[in-house]
Amino acid sequence: MMAPDDVPLGMQLVLIALLAVPALGAAAVALMPARRDRGARLLATVVAAATFVLSLLPGVIPSTREVGWAGYGSAGLPPVVPWVEVDVPWVPALGIDFHLGVDGVSWPLVVLTGLLTLLCCGYTLAKVPAGGSGRTLAALLLVLEVGILGTFLALDLVLFFVFFEVVLLPMYAVIAGWGGIERRRAARKFVLYTLFGSVLLLLGVFTVVVAAGTGDLLALVGGYGLSRTTQCVAFALFAVAFAVKAPLWPLHTWLPDAHTEAPTVGSVILAGVLLKMGTYGLIRVGVGVAPEGAAWAAPVLGILAAAAIIAGSLVCLRQTELKRLIAYSSVGHMGFVLLGIATLTMTGVQAALIGNVAHGLITGLLFFLAGAIKDRAHTGDLGELGGLRETAPRLAGLLGFAAIASLGLPGLAGFWGEAFAVVAAVERGGPLWLTLAVVAAIGGALTAAYFLRLLRRITHGPAAPAVAGFPAVTRSEWLAWSPLILLTLVVGLVPALVLAAASDPVAALTGAVR
Amino acid sequence: MIQAVDHVALLPLYAAAGTALLVLVVELAFGRFHLFAGTVGALATAVVAVAVPDHAGTLCRDGLCSWTVTPHAALMAVLFAGLTVGVLALSAPALRRGFAPPGEFCFLLTCAMTGGVVVAYAGDLITLIVGLETLTLPLYVLVGLRRVRESTAGAAAAVTFFLVSVISTAIALLGAALLFAATGAVHLDALVEGSGAYASLAAVGAALVVIGFAFKVAAVPLHAWAPATYDGAPVPVAAYLSTASKLGGVLALAAVVQRLDTGPLIAVLAVLTMTVGNLVALRQTRMVRLLAWSSVAQAGYILAPLAAGAAGVRAAYAYAVFFVLLEFVALGVIAALRGPGTDGGALDDYRGEGRRNPWLGAAMVLALAGLAGLPPGLAGLFAKVAVVESLIASGWGWLAGVVALNAVIALAYYVRVGALLYAVPERAGIPVATLPPSAAPSSATASPAAPSSATASSATASPAAPSSATASSATPAAVVSAGEGTAAVAVIDPDLFDAAAHPRPVVARAVAVSIAVAAITVAVLGFVPQAVFDALSG
Repeated sequence: MMAPDDVPLGMQLVLIALLAVPALGAAAVALMPARRDRGARLLATVVAAATFVLSLLPGVIPSTREVGWAGYGSAGLPPVVPWVEVDVPWVPALGIDFHLGVDGVSWPLVVLTGLLTLLCCGYTLAKVPAGGSGRTLAALLLVLEVGILGTFLALDLVLFFVFFEVVLLPMYAVIAGWGGIERRRAARKFVLYTLFGSVLLLLGVFTVVVAAGTGDLLALVGGYGLSRTTQCVAFALFAVAFAVKAPLWPLHTWLPDAHTEAPTVGSVILAGVLLKMGTYGLIRVGVGVAPEGAAWAAPVLGILAAAAIIAGSLVCLRQTELKRLIAYSSVGHMGFVLLGIATLTMTGVQAALIGNVAHGLITGLLFFLAGAIKDRAHTGDLGELGGLRETAPRLAGLLGFAAIASLGLPGLAGFWGEAFAVVAAVERGGPLWLTLAVVAAIGGALTAAYFLRLLRRITHGPAAPAVAGFPAVTRSEWLAWSPLILLTLVVGLVPALVLAAASDPVAALTGAVR
Repeated sequence: MIQAVDHVALLPLYAAAGTALLVLVVELAFGRFHLFAGTVGALATAVVAVAVPDHAGTLCRDGLCSWTVTPHAALMAVLFAGLTVGVLALSAPALRRGFAPPGEFCFLLTCAMTGGVVVAYAGDLITLIVGLETLTLPLYVLVGLRRVRESTAGAAAAVTFFLVSVISTAIALLGAALLFAATGAVHLDALVEGSGAYASLAAVGAALVVIGFAFKVAAVPLHAWAPATYDGAPVPVAAYLSTASKLGGVLALAAVVQRLDTGPLIAVLAVLTMTVGNLVALRQTRMVRLLAWSSVAQAGYILAPLAAGAAGVRAAYAYAVFFVLLEFVALGVIAALRGPGTDGGALDDYRGEGRRNPWLGAAMVLALAGLAGLPPGLAGLFAKVAVVESLIASGWGWLAGVVALNAVIALAYYVRVGALLYAVPERAGIPVATLPPSAAPSSATASPAAPSSATASSATASPAAPSSATASSATPAAVVSAGEGTAAVAVIDPDLFDAAAHPRPVVARAVAVSIAVAAITVAVLGFVPQAVFDALSG
């Protein structure tokens, strides 16, 4: 029943379990009675842990397939051969196959999703933000995980869209239910913006599926002989759709509000993996399915990405609210990722992939720390914070570490993505791309400037009244943060960990462009 | 010439009409058991509709049949019967309390079901229009049928509905007559474009038929009756109007437009319908009116694929099937929350209802998200996907774009309703006296447990009501100091007050079961939409 035959049944079941375990877990957690609230959160954490272990399996167990050597496709390109895949017809009337797979491009993001959801579920064990019951929050986190994992795993265009839509309402509910004072407005802005993006994705998906007669993302790699017009229309739709999600300046305005109002766990998931659905989609669907369209639109995308880097940095220099600052810094970082993709070179796309993972780790950590500081000080206003080093040296140290990682210090995870996005733009050559590289590099310097300003305002100086008497970092906080700290170091020192397996699929995805 | 009549093919009609007669007889003989008789008869109709062999036809002449049995006709008949059972169940509490005469109510509703079954199987224009009239005629009465008349809203709604409907039927009949004059065709399968001198006559006829039927689905600019009628009718009847009655209109429209080229007219109607419906719905403050406008907009999504003619019929049917189920769940939840004999009420009446009634709230979220075309229920998502797919596949890409953008507008009000259901209700504390500031420290030290219990009970207190928040934070102090004999402040416990002000509605078992069945059907169909598509393409 399940195709293809050369993947062992066990691994196919792992793929299905990756979605089924959190989905069933979410249902079970939501159905727990109110008096067992803590038990429900514990169950959610156990489910998330199981999912995380499952997410590791496809990369840890050696693939039975001849990845990379499985014969070259018709266009002389290495085909994208997933390590593991499962393919079951679902709704033939709409051309939807339940086709999932993992390869070097998606696996790091799958693991990142599993890890961050586990950390967030664990975090809810210790602390439930005000607004609603903890078990509902935990269940929503698991539903979000289903949607995000499904998006990264989907190898069918329509299925990709379906999972893309799954995350909308749960994220809305997390922000609107457990957020800050302005949560309603921020959540509504988030959901309307992103739905706008995803309806464009729907149009793009069916533009391609109707023209090509298939939604198989493996078959569609390289354009599938689609006409140039179709590719340009489809890529334009995809690009705007993913640019809203990523978000790319000037479609980013939902992001700062959503982050400022979202509870800590919501911010971590949102910045850590939800935004990656946009950049991953741009690589897998945008560049993969409509390479000619991508080549056509690349300069515009590059210019917008460079503008995002500069705009994000400049706004950050003037920000006075901690979470808002980190949110805007995300705009800048995602600008680097999009610049890498826009170059359409192997270096650029690989830089984008590692930038994605690094941003997920570092910004996840930054939002955890910002949440911890805001919970203790009851304010996120930089003017009221200060001297954290005096009252909470460990917290200040961690914030310093995360900020320095985020500004791209060599040796930490943030460096590779940003440096090589600039390198890729230089490699691409020509006056436009050289200019963009220079602009991006300046943006990188500005990034350093605002993070150092942030550290000066928060950690240094005399202790402000708001930071007096901070409780120490609790054990549960250490547990939630230490994996992110470790991985930031490890990915920084051994970037091959993320990139080792990505070169073949990336070559296939970018190969058709030239 | 005497036609041979295949009575097996006509069995669904016999079952439906028999149900109506059965209810009448039961009313005369026993004066009770009407609901039971109606339910059993409707279920029997559904069973018979499934059991009748496919592709039979009867009342045929020259290979053209006035009664055609197809899988999708059977599916629609099942849907009509199911909706009738559902609405009977939703009305059960009101009928039991005597808000409307039960015998008449059940008889009229089963008559409407008979009309629906006829529409599903109709093979010629006259049968179609007669079926449609049989479907709507009883509804004029049902809209205004009440024993106790608190307001004239119901009567006004019934009169509006009656006038609009009669005019629309006249227009449709005129169109059918013109078509017959121009092409000599009455049977649906024989409908052709006019040719030669009669081409324009046939085109006018087709346009009039479409306009006449568009009244029934409340397409803009022929929609004005719908919001007033839905809001004036009892909620279960509104549920029937916006599901079964609308489904009848869709079937009639689809039967005509798949054979005659009315694409531009339908496209204009569709764009107007969804855009106006959604924009006006944004500003509604009453629940049923909001859903009425949203169902106007939904009719636009159903019309859109019909612009592509025969190529879009399957998508339109699929959307209609998912839509009526979701709409039924939404209105069913409203009926359950509001209790028998009441109208839909204002949106503000629903504040926090989802927190008080988790199951009803969950069903409402499923329905609203589905109507917005979003998960958790996949049915609404696949409905939207099917419409967009069929439009792009048949070259109506711009219309697909309009549908997509309208989905974004629509989400704005669905989200508003959904958020309202889970909004923290305003905590009403009634301060009896104020605490002098000097007394504050002593009461704060009175009990270390007090502040934590205050956060537990008022952690969800609305930030919009700072006075009540401060009042409730003082509550335990009052309780504690009252124990020490220094009562300075007294506040009615906001939780108790809330519970007293919003008693949990007693949901009758029949209502709960019908909502549960509809919600589960939607949820299951969301995972196996192929079943619906298979039935529709047969």
